[in-house]
Amino acid sequence: MSYTGHFRVWRGDAEGGELKDFEVEVNEGEVVLDVIHRLQATQAHDLAVRWNCKAGKCGSCSAEVNGRPRLMCMTRMSVFAEDETVTVTPMRAFPVLRDLVTDVSFNYAKAREIPSFVPPPGLAPGEYRMAQQDVGRSQEFRKCIECFLCQDTCHVVRDHEENKPDFAGPRFLMRIAELDMHPLDAAAETGLDRARTAQDVHGLGYCNITKCCTEVCPEQIHITDNALIPMKERTADRKYDPLVWLGDRIFRRDK
Amino acid sequence: MASIERPRPPAGVHTPGRAAIPARHLRTDRWWLAPTVTVVVLTAFVVYSTWRAFANADYYAAPYVSPFYSPCLASDCVPMRGGADLAVFGPWWGISPALIVLIFPLGFRLTCYYYRKAYYRGFWSAPPACAVAEPHARYTGETRLPLVLQNVHRYFFYFALAFAVILSYDAALGFRDPAGHWGHMGLGTLVLLANIALIWAYTLSCHSCRHIVGGRLKHFSRHPVRYRMWTWVSRLNAHHMALAWASLVGVAVADLYVYLVASGAFADPRFF
Ligand code: SF4
Ligand code: SF4
Ligand code: FES
Ligand code: FES
Repeated sequence: MSYTGHFRVWRGDAEGGELKDFEVEVNEGEVVLDVIHRLQATQAHDLAVRWNCKAGKCGSCSAEVNGRPRLMCMTRMSVFAEDETVTVTPMRAFPVLRDLVTDVSFNYAKAREIPSFVPPPGLAPGEYRMAQQDVGRSQEFRKCIECFLCQDTCHVVRDHEENKPDFAGPRFLMRIAELDMHPLDAAAETGLDRARTAQDVHGLGYCNITKCCTEVCPEQIHITDNALIPMKERTADRKYDPLVWLGDRIFRRDK
Repeated sequence: MASIERPRPPAGVHTPGRAAIPARHLRTDRWWLAPTVTVVVLTAFVVYSTWRAFANADYYAAPYVSPFYSPCLASDCVPMRGGADLAVFGPWWGISPALIVLIFPLGFRLTCYYYRKAYYRGFWSAPPACAVAEPHARYTGETRLPLVLQNVHRYFFYFALAFAVILSYDAALGFRDPAGHWGHMGLGTLVLLANIALIWAYTLSCHSCRHIVGGRLKHFSRHPVRYRMWTWVSRLNAHHMALAWASLVGVAVADLYVYLVASGAFADPRFF
């Protein structure tokens, strides 16, 4: 059950490049990454492609297949018709290094900007005790494999390079949500208001909840519904809701 | 629908240093379908509801009242036996009483997280679909006026709760016959019941509701009751999009039904 598939693969570097046509053998049960490897082995020996696990867990093989941000190792060839031309390009929100490989250092810079977990005072590591109900929400976010497909798709930076300095992107706004919902995070006690800074420093307000991050996430994390919108609500508590602000002052609640 | 290539300064996906691909997107699926359907259905609803809101006629057919006209707060409302017609606004209010109250459900839906997604994509193309370049040169999202006002959504939610209570009352009145005696049921009763069920489901599945009942807490384990409520609202919330559309259609159908009965086009079939 093999056939010859038509592929258009972007070849080039930061100076320029173009989509090149290839005819490559496709076998039953294969994924796009298999075909890219066959292309590399048989026709384009210097084709640059990043990958590691081939199991959708390392987040290395992110690319765009027929214009949709996806993991190449998790995109089955069987979703395409045999006579369909499959176009494979690098992620289009980040600078390209060569062929299918992009420079994703934007994401590492953003990761460093998020203040890390603040250990609770008076508890040594190993003494942390948490109830399952309290960690359930953050656990979903920890499924993230850092493929950065959400960062690539988010129109805030994909379509507006100038927003990159001001916007952390869905993956890292979700990181803020994870820490803000963490039962033992002691940021508030040190004067760090994660909800307020999500808006003021990390650009949560740029997100218009159009859900493309959720649509492309290979781990099916409900980034928008479970992280971004709850963070917007928490920000509204701090910045836009005088009643909640007053109530928190009077009753010292929400612990 | 082919992608339109327009000459524009290199920006967005054409920023120097990114992979040089002339096309604004390379999607081959029917990505334009969802935004198009959104625009068509929302436009149809806006046209219909504008006509009905300004019509100031055929909104009451005892015992049924159109959801667009309840509560009816002007003195020139048609008398509704036992209904929510309170002459808060005197005879100086010369236009349709629907316009007094519709601002609340309108604001609730306009600031709803789901409808925001729908109209940002459908009407504003920001973005039209995922990985399809948007046509705007600049983008600031919800960081400044007017869109930063979307943050008042929770206040509209509180009003929406009040409206849901009033419309529930209206639906209960559907069990009285036109003369005001209990123990009646017609097709209209069912229509109003279906409408209010969808309104409640939509209202309670709201993201602000999810936040208020429990989402804002850090420690669910210390608030077991609110955790239960949050879990329950979260389950509804997963269907918020479907409920948003279903309740929109529900309101329009309920109003249309009352209109048809009130204008005499149709007689309400009576079950008992
Ligand atoms: S929901 Fe927000 S963060 Fe996610 S892709 Fe859309 S704008 Fe970006
Ligand atoms: S949230 Fe999902 S799409 Fe984003 S980096 Fe993590 S796994 Fe990838
Ligand atoms: S190769 Fe590891 S996710 Fe695809
Ligand atoms: S009604 Fe849709 S989010 Fe509140």
